[in-house]
Amino acid sequence: MLYIKCPYCGLRAQKEFSYGGDATVKRPNINEEVSSEDWDNFVYMRKSPRGKHIELWQHIAGCRQWIKVQRDTATHEIFQTAKVTEEIR
Amino acid sequence: MSQPFRLNKEGLINRNKKISFTFNGKKLFGYEGDTIASALIANGIHLVGRSFKYHRPRGFFGAGVEEPNAKLQVEFNGHSEPNVNATEMELIEGLSATSQNCWPSVNFDIGAINNFLKMFFPAGFYYKTFMWPKSFWYKIYEPFIRKAAGLGVASIEKDKERYEHKFEYCDLLVTGSGPSGLASAYAAAKNGAKVILAEDKPRFGGTLLTDDVSIDNLSGKDWAEKIITELKSMPNVTVKNRSQVFGYYDHNMLVMFERVSDHLEKKSKFTPRQRLWYIRAKETILSTGSIERPIVFGNNDTPGIFLSAAAKEYMKVYGVLVGKKPLIFTNNDSAYETALEFKKNNVEPIILDTREEHSSELIDEAKSKGIDIRFSHGVIVANGYKKVKSAKIGKLNKDKNSFGKIETVDCDCICVSGFWTPSVHLASQSGNKLKYEEKIDAFIPDKKKQHETSVGAANGSFTLEESLKHGFENGSNLSAKITETKTEISIPNVNEKKYGAHDKFWCMPLPKNENPKRFVDFQNDVSVSDIEIALREGYRSIEHVKRYTTLGMATDQGRTSNLNGLQLVSNIENKIVPEVGHTTFRPPFTPITIGTIVGREVGMEYMPTRKTPMHEWHEKNNAVFVDAGAWKRPRYYKLGSETLFEASKREAKNVRENVGICDVTTLGKIDIKGPDAAEFLNRVYTNAWMKLPVGKARYGLMLREDGIVMDDGTTTRISENHYHMTTTTAQAANVLSHLEYYLQIVWPELNVNVVSTTEQWAGAAIAGPKSRDMLSKLYPDLDVSNEALPFMGYKEAEFFGVPSRIFRISFSGELAYEINVKSDHGMFMWEKMMEVGKDFGNQPYGTEALSTLRIEMGHVAGPELDGRTIPSDVSLNGLVSKKKDFIGKNSLGREAFNVESRQKIVGLIPIDRKSSIPEGSHIVQDQNAKLPNPKLGHVSSSCWSVENNNPFSLAIMKDGKNMIGKKFFAVSPLKNKSIEVEVISSHYVDPEGKRVRS
Ligand SMILES: [Zn+2]
Repeated sequence: MLYIKCPYCGLRAQKEFSYGGDATVKRPNINEEVSSEDWDNFVYMRKSPRGKHIELWQHIAGCRQWIKVQRDTATHEIFQTAKVTEEIR
Repeated sequence: MSQPFRLNKEGLINRNKKISFTFNGKKLFGYEGDTIASALIANGIHLVGRSFKYHRPRGFFGAGVEEPNAKLQVEFNGHSEPNVNATEMELIEGLSATSQNCWPSVNFDIGAINNFLKMFFPAGFYYKTFMWPKSFWYKIYEPFIRKAAGLGVASIEKDKERYEHKFEYCDLLVTGSGPSGLASAYAAAKNGAKVILAEDKPRFGGTLLTDDVSIDNLSGKDWAEKIITELKSMPNVTVKNRSQVFGYYDHNMLVMFERVSDHLEKKSKFTPRQRLWYIRAKETILSTGSIERPIVFGNNDTPGIFLSAAAKEYMKVYGVLVGKKPLIFTNNDSAYETALEFKKNNVEPIILDTREEHSSELIDEAKSKGIDIRFSHGVIVANGYKKVKSAKIGKLNKDKNSFGKIETVDCDCICVSGFWTPSVHLASQSGNKLKYEEKIDAFIPDKKKQHETSVGAANGSFTLEESLKHGFENGSNLSAKITETKTEISIPNVNEKKYGAHDKFWCMPLPKNENPKRFVDFQNDVSVSDIEIALREGYRSIEHVKRYTTLGMATDQGRTSNLNGLQLVSNIENKIVPEVGHTTFRPPFTPITIGTIVGREVGMEYMPTRKTPMHEWHEKNNAVFVDAGAWKRPRYYKLGSETLFEASKREAKNVRENVGICDVTTLGKIDIKGPDAAEFLNRVYTNAWMKLPVGKARYGLMLREDGIVMDDGTTTRISENHYHMTTTTAQAANVLSHLEYYLQIVWPELNVNVVSTTEQWAGAAIAGPKSRDMLSKLYPDLDVSNEALPFMGYKEAEFFGVPSRIFRISFSGELAYEINVKSDHGMFMWEKMMEVGKDFGNQPYGTEALSTLRIEMGHVAGPELDGRTIPSDVSLNGLVSKKKDFIGKNSLGREAFNVESRQKIVGLIPIDRKSSIPEGSHIVQDQNAKLPNPKLGHVSSSCWSVENNNPFSLAIMKDGKNMIGKKFFAVSPLKNKSIEVEVISSHYVDPEGKRVRS
C-alpha cells in the first residue's frame, strides 16, 4: 500500500485516496472553439509511461482535495506531491 | 505412555504439563512446549505423509518453516485445518492430526503405485502426460489426479473464529529475534526509538537457543532472555512472538501475521485466532537468519533423514532424539555441533565429511571426544522404505565424482548439512536486487532499495561476534537518525567456536548401475533427473525451469531446494550461479489463513450498512429490504402472504389511484453555494441554468466529457447563491468527486463550494392524485394550490413545528411532492404522514413499486443510463442546450453518436399481454436464427404496468424510433424464455405529462 503525502494533511495510507489519472492533461477552455482532434486527444489519448508520471489523486477519505503526485509507475516510488495549483517539475 | 525418544532432562519444554493428542487415531502424549513434530518424534513416529507426485513415504526434515514434508490435517478448537506444518504448530490438549495425500492410510497407500509408474510423472508432466487422447481427460486423468493429488481437505463449514487487523507505525521494525535482531532492537530502543521486534517462533532467541556460545559469561539462551526482559519493560518497545513478518510491500509497509491463540486451550470469544498487522516502519532490520540446505543423495527423502541443525534443535529445545544411531553427513563444521550434542546425550554418531582430512576447533573437539569421523566420505543412497535402516556410503576420490570403497552402515537417522542459505525473502520483496556471494555459495542482499537493512546470517554473516556487532551498530545508527539521540552501548564479549571453511559440494554422484531418485525439491517431488530433462528439452531460463519442473513452487517456496536447483542448472549449463540467477521471492513467506487476510470484514462487517432515519418504522411494518449500495431500502411492504409481485402491484396501483409515500432519503444531496454557483451548474448540466429563479427546481442532466450520460436529478435554487442538488443514490459519491474535480482543477476561478448533505436530510415523496389534499392537511397554514406551488415549485414551511423543505417534483409521473426535514426529524415526519394520510388511502411504497411507476411513465434510470447512452439515446435531447457550452458537449458531435440507426429507447409489450419480459433479454428478429443471432437491442427495465394491467418493458434498440409498431422476439437464454413483443413508445402512461402539472 502506497504512502502518499497529502499537501494539506500529511502522510496518509493509499486507502484514503482515489486515483484520478494523468495530471498533465489540460481540458480545453470552456466556451472556446476546439478542433475535433484536440478534443479527442483530451478525452481519449493518454500516455502510459513506464517511469515518472505526474498524476491526480483525490484525498476522498480526508480533506477531499485533489492533489498532484509524481510517481514512478514501475517502482511506485513517489518523488513529490503538490497542490493542484502548484507545479511539479 | 512412554516417549521412547524423549531425553530425560534436556529441552525448554514444560515437563510438568503432559498433553494428550491423537495422530491418525492413535492416542499419544507430549509436553507443553512441543510442536506436533517434536511430540511425534519423541514417540518414535516418523512416517507422517506421502509425497505429492509419487506418494513416497515422507517424514520430518526440518524443525520450523523450512519443513517441506510434514503437512498435516489438524483438528483443534473445533475446526479442521489442512496443510498445517507439523514443525510449527504447537501441541495443545485434545488436538487431532491426520496424514494427508494418502489413501486408504499413510502406511498402505494405493497412490504409491505412482512411484512405480514414474514414466507418468516426468518433468513437465502437467504439460504433456495428460494431454492425449483428449477424451481421456474427463473420464480418466482428471478424476485420477483429483483423487490421488491434493494436500488436505478445506473445511466447508463457516469459520467461527475471530480474526483481526491492526495498523501500526514505528521507527524500527526488527524481523527476527536471533542475536543480530536482539542487538538491533536493543540499541534502537536505548536511543528512544519506537521499536517493534517480531519473532516467528514461540521462543525468542533464534540460534542462541541452540548454539553452544556465551555472551558476557551468560549462555546464549540466558543472554537472550535478559535482553528480551529488558525490552519488554521499555514503553517504546513492542515485543511479539508467534509473529511472522511475511511480506515487504511498497513504501516500507510490512505485513505481519500474529498467531494469537491457536496455542491456548481456553480463550474468550473476543480473543482473535490470528491478527494481521500492517506496519509502516521508518526503518527495518531484516534479521531473518539463515536456513540450512541439504546435500542431495539417493533416496534422500526417506523418513529419518533430517537437516542437521533440525536434529540439534529437537535435542536442545524439545529434548527429543531424532534417532539413536545417527549418521551425520556434512560439507562444513556446523554439523559437528549436532554430533557433539548427540555425544553429550550418550548417542554415538558417525560423521561423514566430504572434505579431506583437516583440522578445526570443532573437528578437534569431536576427535577428542572419540567421535568416528570419516573424511572424504558421503552417503550415496539411503536404504529403508518407511524409515532409514542403513546407508550405502562411499569414499570420494579426489575428483569428488567417483568412489573408492563403498560400504553399507546401519543407522536410524541421517543428519545432513550442505551449508547455510541466508533468508533473503524480505529483502528481495522490498525490491533489493540480490547478489551472489561466492564465499557462502548463496545470495545476499545488495544495495538498499527501500529502508531495509539486513544483518547477521540473513546478510551472510555466520559468526555470533559479527552478527552482534552489526546488530548493535545498525540498530543504533538507524534509530539515531530518527530520534537524534545516541546512547553508547558496549559490545559484549563473545565466546564461540570458530568454523573452518566449508566444501563447495552439494550433490552426491551415483556409482554406475545405480539409479535411485535424488530429490532436490521434496514437497513437489522434483528430482535431479527432472531438472536434467528440462534442460535437455531446451529450457534455459531459471524461471522456465522452475515452472516446467515445479521446482521451488510448493508452499515451502523452495527454502531447502532453490539453491541446490540453481547449482544443478549451473553445473549442467557450465555457467556460474549468478549468471543463472535466482527466481522471484513472493509474499507470504509461509502460508497464512484466508481468515487473517479477510479479518473482521465478514458478514455484517463486510461493508458499512446505511440506514435511513425511518428504518425502524420500515422494519416494524414488514418491509422487505433491498441493498442500494450500502443503503438498505424498503423494496416492498409485505401484507399477509403477499409476494413481491403482488405487493409492488398493490403499492403502485395505490399511488396511481390514491396517494403513497416513499422514503427517498438515500438520494444523493449536494449543497452548492457561492456567487458563481449558477455559472457552475450551467457548465455541469446540459440544459440552461442561468435563469432559474429562486424558489424553483429544475431537472438536469450531466454528462461525462465523452458525451455519455453520467447522472440526472433535480436541483433547486434555495436562495440567490444557494442551490440544492440531488443525484441518484448510486452516483452520489461520484458526482461529488466530479464537481470537486472541476472546481479545484479545471475552473478554480469559479467561486463555488460544494458539500454533501445526503446524511443531513430525511426525505419522503408523497405521490398520487390525492397528494395535494394530503399535503394541505400536513401544512394547514400553507397555500399548496397549483398556482401557489406549481410543478417544479419550492417552498419552505414548518411541518408541525419542524422546519421543512417542500419540492414539487415527481419521479412517479403522478402529482407529487418531496418533503425534506433534518434527519433527526425523519421518523417524526414519516409517522405524521402515515397518521394524516389515513384519510386519503395513503400507503407506503417501496423501490419495486417506484420502479414500476417510473418505467411505465418512460422515465429513465440506472438501467438506461448505463454508461453507454448519450442524451438522444434516451429521449433526453430536449435537455441539451445548443447555445451554451457544458461538460461533454464537444463529444456529442461525434459521427457515431449521430447516425440515424443509433440505439434509441423504446417500449415493449408482449403480444400475448401476459408474459413478463426478463430484464437483460436480447431483441432479435428471428428467434430460431443460427447463432450468433444478430442482436438488435436489449431490455433494460421491466414491470407489470398497473395502469394497463399487462407487462411493459423499456428497451434500448437499434434505430428504435423507426421500429415502433414492428414485432420482434425478446430472448433470454438465461431464463430460457423467448417472448414475442411489439415495439411501442417508451411513454406508456400519460405521454403528455399532464398529471405532474395537474
Ligand atoms: Zn488531505
